[in-house]
Amino acid sequence: MWKWLHPYAKTERLYQLSSTLLPWFSIAALLLLISGCVWGLMFAPADYQQGDAARIMYIHVPSAILSMSTYAAMAIAALIGIVWQIRTADMAVAAIAPTGAMVTFVALFTGAAWGKPMWGTWWVWDARLTSELILLFMYLGVIALYNAFEDKQQAGRAAGILALVGVINLPIIHYSVEWWNTLHQGASITKLSKPSIDPAMLWPLLINLLGFACLIASLSLAALKNEIIRREKHRPWVQQLVSDI
Amino acid sequence: MVVSTLNAVFKRELVLAFRQKSELLQPVMFFILVISLFPLGVGPGPETLQKIGPGVIWVAALLSALFGLERIFRDDFADGTLEQQMLSGIPLSLVVLLKVAAHWLVSILPLIVVSPLLSLFLNLTSAMYTALLATLLLGTPLLSLLGAIGVALTVGVRKGSVLLSLMLLPFFVPLLIFATAAVEAAALQLPYNGQLALLGALFLLALALSPVATAYALKVSQN
Amino acid sequence: MRSCPGLCYYSAQFFPNYQVHKLALLDANNLTCCKSDRVLFQQLSLSLDVGDILHLQGPNGAGKTSLLRILVGLSQPQSGCVNYQHTSIEQSNDFAQQLIYIGHKPALNPALTAIENLTYWAQMHGVSLLSDIWQILSDLGLAGLEDIPVSQLSAGQQRRVALARLWIKPAKLWVLDEPFTALDVNAIDMVQQKMQRHAQQGGAVILTSHQPVDMMHNIKVLIMEYQWL
Repeated sequence: MWKWLHPYAKTERLYQLSSTLLPWFSIAALLLLISGCVWGLMFAPADYQQGDAARIMYIHVPSAILSMSTYAAMAIAALIGIVWQIRTADMAVAAIAPTGAMVTFVALFTGAAWGKPMWGTWWVWDARLTSELILLFMYLGVIALYNAFEDKQQAGRAAGILALVGVINLPIIHYSVEWWNTLHQGASITKLSKPSIDPAMLWPLLINLLGFACLIASLSLAALKNEIIRREKHRPWVQQLVSDI
Repeated sequence: MVVSTLNAVFKRELVLAFRQKSELLQPVMFFILVISLFPLGVGPGPETLQKIGPGVIWVAALLSALFGLERIFRDDFADGTLEQQMLSGIPLSLVVLLKVAAHWLVSILPLIVVSPLLSLFLNLTSAMYTALLATLLLGTPLLSLLGAIGVALTVGVRKGSVLLSLMLLPFFVPLLIFATAAVEAAALQLPYNGQLALLGALFLLALALSPVATAYALKVSQN
Repeated sequence: MRSCPGLCYYSAQFFPNYQVHKLALLDANNLTCCKSDRVLFQQLSLSLDVGDILHLQGPNGAGKTSLLRILVGLSQPQSGCVNYQHTSIEQSNDFAQQLIYIGHKPALNPALTAIENLTYWAQMHGVSLLSDIWQILSDLGLAGLEDIPVSQLSAGQQRRVALARLWIKPAKLWVLDEPFTALDVNAIDMVQQKMQRHAQQGGAVILTSHQPVDMMHNIKVLIMEYQWL
């Protein structure tokens, strides 16, 4: 009896888990981001070389760091889905991919906006920016593949394989781009070239990093809830849930 | 028994390629046409052409290879041959490996064969051409192996060819970087063993992992 | 066996106690199949003995093809397992040797001839007696059509070429998805007789068909109902 309830119970339990976790992550994200941004943008000292323009770092650096970690999280979900044949893990892949793409886009956008005052142009083929751009394409590939299938079960499995192939390629791409960059530009422009960062600047940066992580988690959880509802809309428990509202 | 079976797979691919010659010629024509457009677009200056030449040839090779890539599994999936192959008891990853090899032979090798002509078009020196040829010979099998995973993933999707490019092109970035770097090094009369070794390492990695991933993706597509 | 009200029921000819058969060639336990996140069938068990012919019936979309694909191992069930001679089909050594599956798709490359297609298939499946392929094809009414590309044959002729596999490979278990589609009366009769003989000689057949399969004496029927959950 339990065995054939297994697939239903799982999505339902995951849905409940996401519903429980979502408010905590959202509140944490809100508090951390507000305090980090206010601290960073208004009270932290300006960079002595770059002036106030460097304050975009408080958005750019966390999003750039987390865009890669989000891909890793997606790949872990994909691995779980493939190795243990867990359907909800494939759903998580589908939920994390758009969030990751968004974070990557934020990193690219803020990077370009930072580039304008610093380098005088919106776009420079800097190694990090190029890596971020390719990462964005990889996220878009996963999303496009997932959406191309009508059977979402198959879609989740296929997107999972692509995410895993991508995670093997990601370091190769990253280092090849870095190597290409040094080859073509000599000593490239690095953004955090100073060996140590002033603690007054470091603290708001760390707070924002944590805040972004919470934001990504809460957005992914919300997307996961939607994904579960969308795919399980014919199940009794979802109908029960709807009628309760 | 496995050996004779695999022999049959290989032979069949060659026979099919021979019967569908026109389909095979199209990527080669595309390859030549794209490269002929570049002098018209950027001007006929020999130095400019020599500078952009390796990159242009490699990008054009990537795109033309992508066109022919779907051939690896498309027909077999559509007519059900793939199902029968899966039920035959022969390990699917071996069959995949042979199909990729046959595909490379019939649709990518022609691109390499016409590449001397194109290096003339783009004014490459003979040292640069030697390096280009080496990178093409090492790099295009890698391209086929990676491409096979993508084709296996999209084979069940209608109109999957644009999707295929979207998925695969980011993975070809390292290939493009190392290959063009080798040719540039050759242009400056520097050794380029390092780049070739990197390409070789990537090829071996793909050779080990790609057939397994492709076979798994094909099974998912059948589900 | 659990009863599944309204989902699948079995005709009286179909024996319910699937577990205790010494002769069971193929048995499936508690299969659940999901397509597009919906349950197509669940808790389906069946067993096939030597000499059985099992006819799956049901309206379009009831999951007949999905069931056949699970039984041969082309798709994986959500839960449950399929055994060939009491070993899981994934681990069984001779399951591939003893199976002929003919699906909706004929598995014939349109650019190749009937002979080329069948020779390739036979090599793939480790069958070596190739000399009588010509004889088999002419018995099936395809004399003179052996070496023109399959794309130029009619649908019925293509189906005959696909079914020629039943004569080529000696295998115990036949799984046939709509084998009679596009066939004329003559050919249907031939295939049915072949199936009958196969069952009598110690083989087993599972087929789906919307045509009545009436001539066989030991035929069993499994009726599947259309039900999206």
